[in-house]
Amino acid sequence: MAMNRILMRLGRVYLGLILVFLYVPIMVMAAMSFNASEFYQLPIVFTTDWYARLWNNSAILDAAWNSIWIASVTTIIATALGTAAAIAFFRYDFRGKAILQVLLFPPIAIPWLITGTAMLIFFFAIGIGRGSRAVLLGHVALALPYVIVVVTARLRTFDPQLEEAARSLGASSWEVTRFVTLPWIAPGVTAGALFAFAVSFDQFVVSYFLSKPGDVTLPVLIYSAIRKGFTPEINAVSTIIIVFSMAMMVVVARYAKFGER
Amino acid sequence: MGATLRQRDNFRAVLLISPAYLWLLVAVFLPLSAMLFFSFLSEGPFGDGARQLVLQNYLEFFEKGFYSKLLWRSLKLGAVVTALCLLIGFPCAYVLAKTIKGRWREALFLLVILPFWSNSLVRIFSWAIVLRGNGVIDATLNKLLPFEVSVNLMFTYSAVVIGLVHSYLPYVILTSYLTLQAIDDSLIDAARSLGAPRRTILLRIILPLSLPGLVAGGVLVFVPVVGSFMEPRILGGRAGTFFGTVIEDQFVAVFNWPLGAALSFTLLAVVLLILAVASPVLKRAQ
Repeated sequence: MAMNRILMRLGRVYLGLILVFLYVPIMVMAAMSFNASEFYQLPIVFTTDWYARLWNNSAILDAAWNSIWIASVTTIIATALGTAAAIAFFRYDFRGKAILQVLLFPPIAIPWLITGTAMLIFFFAIGIGRGSRAVLLGHVALALPYVIVVVTARLRTFDPQLEEAARSLGASSWEVTRFVTLPWIAPGVTAGALFAFAVSFDQFVVSYFLSKPGDVTLPVLIYSAIRKGFTPEINAVSTIIIVFSMAMMVVVARYAKFGER
Repeated sequence: MGATLRQRDNFRAVLLISPAYLWLLVAVFLPLSAMLFFSFLSEGPFGDGARQLVLQNYLEFFEKGFYSKLLWRSLKLGAVVTALCLLIGFPCAYVLAKTIKGRWREALFLLVILPFWSNSLVRIFSWAIVLRGNGVIDATLNKLLPFEVSVNLMFTYSAVVIGLVHSYLPYVILTSYLTLQAIDDSLIDAARSLGAPRRTILLRIILPLSLPGLVAGGVLVFVPVVGSFMEPRILGGRAGTFFGTVIEDQFVAVFNWPLGAALSFTLLAVVLLILAVASPVLKRAQ
């Protein structure tokens, strides 16, 4: 029994070490964004100067604006199209359904480097070229499978007899969807939408290949800034991004209920 | 009557499904096909000569040792990172799933997988801040140790490995946790009450039952790591030349798109092969 207790304690220490490994770099980065020294010198002298400077940096502001509107439009399109497809998979049986469902995995499983460069080649060939439109096209495609998978998971908990009951009471197909199905799957749709936003907002690889110089999203801007040599200003933007995306995932977790079955 | 109903259903299904799949067709499947075609072209969109269909881009991969060596290097990097993630992640998932209960478990689990949903570029950047010479590691070690040390891991192979393990560890923890949670505790209790030693329980019950989760986690780590380019670029510097960075170069620096396409497709073939090998184990999990 004593042996067991020691093992339990060791396990907890181990878990603690993992959390240290996962979070310390992020905390160090955040701490440095409040450090007055441009060369990350220790000890830290507190300042919020780097954050104040962000407001006057038009390149960063433009990129932030790009990231936000692209992620928002991606969310709207991917959620609408993805929910429609998930409902169709749930309601109807048709030939080729299994194949269509399998086709959702390549966009998720193939490394973004391959998908991104393939998009670049194709969009160039058909005249779309690089730029925000191309980025948007790519982001929606990456987000769609996630939305379909998440909404489908929620639909598994939905009793199809409810739809039949509504229909037999004279509800039209649209009314069934609007007043019976959608309210039930709303948490799944919300989780899917948040996933879509996260996929787009954090997306670097595909944006990197598809965006035009001077018209970039935040991660692409950060990447080129890092390669030129870093400043605490990048720490400040990065800190904002990471706090924002983690807060969003806490919300997603509340909707999607990860780890519970 | 039945036939027309059927038709109407089919029509509705097509109406609901086609927007999503048309989008995927235009933005994923046609591009992948276009890339395959492109990889056989003699010249990219920026050349002015006559384009021909050739095998030269693939021959370059096989004839010049440079590219195949880099692919091998990337595969080895993938193996190292995957092994580390499994070794570090599985015990962590075990502690979470089997020794911690209730609300604490939920909260800690969320805390562990949270970073995985945050921006990966930013997390790699945070390691660049930590690992640079004269940085936080130096300062901490020098405070703890009686003698002066100087650690500069930045721009080394180890830095790339550390950054990648940090990026992908949560995948393994997530998949292992899900399979471990599905193992009935009474199974373990039964083995224990029959006198099985700890090692036997681990080797004969826990590991075999969580194999699907380990394989899924391994694949989820290995595939993106073989195709990684941003992490080696930022943390590896000159030590960070891998297959992914060479592909990146073909598209953003050298502008040899046909060669880039051929290299991308070679990578895709390798990835598909790995997925095919892993799929029997993954299917059994469902």
